[in-house]
Amino acid sequence: MLDNSEEYVTEDGRKIGGVVMEMKNITLRFGGVVAIKDISFDIREGEIRAIIGPNGAGKSSMLNVISGFYVPQEGEVWFHGSKRPPMRPYDVARQGIARTFQNIALFEGMSVLDNVMTGRLNYMKTNILQQAIWRGKAEAEETKNREAVEKMIDFLEIQHIRKTPVSRLPYGLKKRVELARALAAEPKLLLLDEPMAGMNVEEKEDMSRFILDVNDEFGTTIALIEHDMGVVMDLSDRVVVMDYGKKIGDGTPHEVRNNQEVIDAYLGVSHD
Amino acid sequence: MSEQLVFAMEVILNGLMAGVLYALVALGFVLIYKASGIFNYAQGVMALFAAMTLVGIMNGQVPFAHVINATFGTHVYNFGWTIPALLAILLTMAVMVVLAWAVQQFVMRHLVGQEPIILFMATIGLAYFLEGVADLMWGSEIKTLDVGLPQGINLWLDEVTFNIFGYGFFIDNLDIVATVIAALLVGALVAFSQYTKQGRAMRAVADDHQAALSVGISLNFIWIMVWSVAGFVALVAGIMWGTKSGVQFSLSLIALKALPVLMLGGFTSIPGAIVGGLIIGVGEKLFEFAIGPMVGGATENWFAYVLALIFLVFRPQGLFGEKIIERV
Repeated sequence: MLDNSEEYVTEDGRKIGGVVMEMKNITLRFGGVVAIKDISFDIREGEIRAIIGPNGAGKSSMLNVISGFYVPQEGEVWFHGSKRPPMRPYDVARQGIARTFQNIALFEGMSVLDNVMTGRLNYMKTNILQQAIWRGKAEAEETKNREAVEKMIDFLEIQHIRKTPVSRLPYGLKKRVELARALAAEPKLLLLDEPMAGMNVEEKEDMSRFILDVNDEFGTTIALIEHDMGVVMDLSDRVVVMDYGKKIGDGTPHEVRNNQEVIDAYLGVSHD
Repeated sequence: MSEQLVFAMEVILNGLMAGVLYALVALGFVLIYKASGIFNYAQGVMALFAAMTLVGIMNGQVPFAHVINATFGTHVYNFGWTIPALLAILLTMAVMVVLAWAVQQFVMRHLVGQEPIILFMATIGLAYFLEGVADLMWGSEIKTLDVGLPQGINLWLDEVTFNIFGYGFFIDNLDIVATVIAALLVGALVAFSQYTKQGRAMRAVADDHQAALSVGISLNFIWIMVWSVAGFVALVAGIMWGTKSGVQFSLSLIALKALPVLMLGGFTSIPGAIVGGLIIGVGEKLFEFAIGPMVGGATENWFAYVLALIFLVFRPQGLFGEKIIERV
């Protein structure tokens, strides 16, 4: 196992740093139902961390705890070396944690450009009066943010639909726009809830490539939930395996694949 | 040109002016409905409350004078000063922002995620509460409101039309001012929602709450802002109606006239509110002029509602509203 303080370089030459986010003994209940039971794990700087598990294992709940949509009854969330008090989702977002949703949450009525621009809201500091006058500070700010947004639009290859209302886009492109919006915020930690759900093979390959490119180019730390085992094993540096709200495995894809408990619970008991 | 046609033109012009005032009230409804899905029954009362507060502040009235006097046996009614209109308008705006905050903090915040009908009921409660508070605060007598807007017949238009048609149009100066102000207001609102950070956040919240949260928008803040903007629109409507027909409690009933406007224009469209208001204004004046004499007059009381009913049957989303699509 890895030492918490140790930095290392992966086989493909990416540098993995220290721990940025640490979940300590998280328990989340909905009434009598225990969605997450006493789970601890960490996310290191620059790595791609996957959370896998069968349906109803509590993966999405875990992501919602990280992004502040759920507040756990027990346990602590540590971000960048300090304990995080219970926070509203918008405060979590302002701390630099961006996310996408399993059932795409975009602003359907707005254009792709406007959608991605909302990712920059927290970088806009001018007040309403300055914006009313527009010249000077407000204009410079808009231009600067617009540049950052165009960069992301280029990066995700959605230039051709910049002005299209999101409601008219096919599913696969919507997923990409959502990713662009999350990336526009230049997050310290990017959370992806089943980024490849419902996609065909070609779209999945595209999305995998984008996720790797994001991590490679911007050094963004990524935590993702995914069903497709093949994809997870290819993409991620380390994997957390959940089942019925409990953690049953944690380690490199290779370690997890050979973990008997994981094989039994998730991959199916082998018959040879 | 035939005499009838010239009369009709005057009627249409007057209808347009009246329509602008309907549109102003309808605009307040649209703003809140768009951003939070709440049909704010209290919008009319908010206009009344704003107008009463404005008059009270301008005249230096002591708020809650009756309550204070009854409790402490004092006889204070006035501070003994008057405040210039512009300053009073700014102070009233501040009061409307406080009101917006209070509505969000004490009512709407606790009802997030409830059924629309429950939110609607809450605004009915709010309407009666606000009416009571307005009465308690400023008294129930009819007051005149004069913030220095020009009133009376526009002599220039009268003369010009007389020279052309041989008949002078009667157009009220106040109506012209109201039209100009309404146009400026709509322009400002559109610019606000399209080009400012807060406007972008407002549109985002109107579209998807979850997504808005995930990019760092505080729903609470946006809702307070929206109620404040609606309060501002109510203040403008209150000033116009109050100047025209005095500040009185029947002012809150103009909200009812906004309903057909909304059904025509669609609940979610700012241009729709304007166009709907104009159609209702012109329609009812023209109908009264052309058909009224045949059916014994007073058609203005019901024309708007019948028109709305027809729209409900054939185009329930209104002229500009979002299409209602049900997935099966």
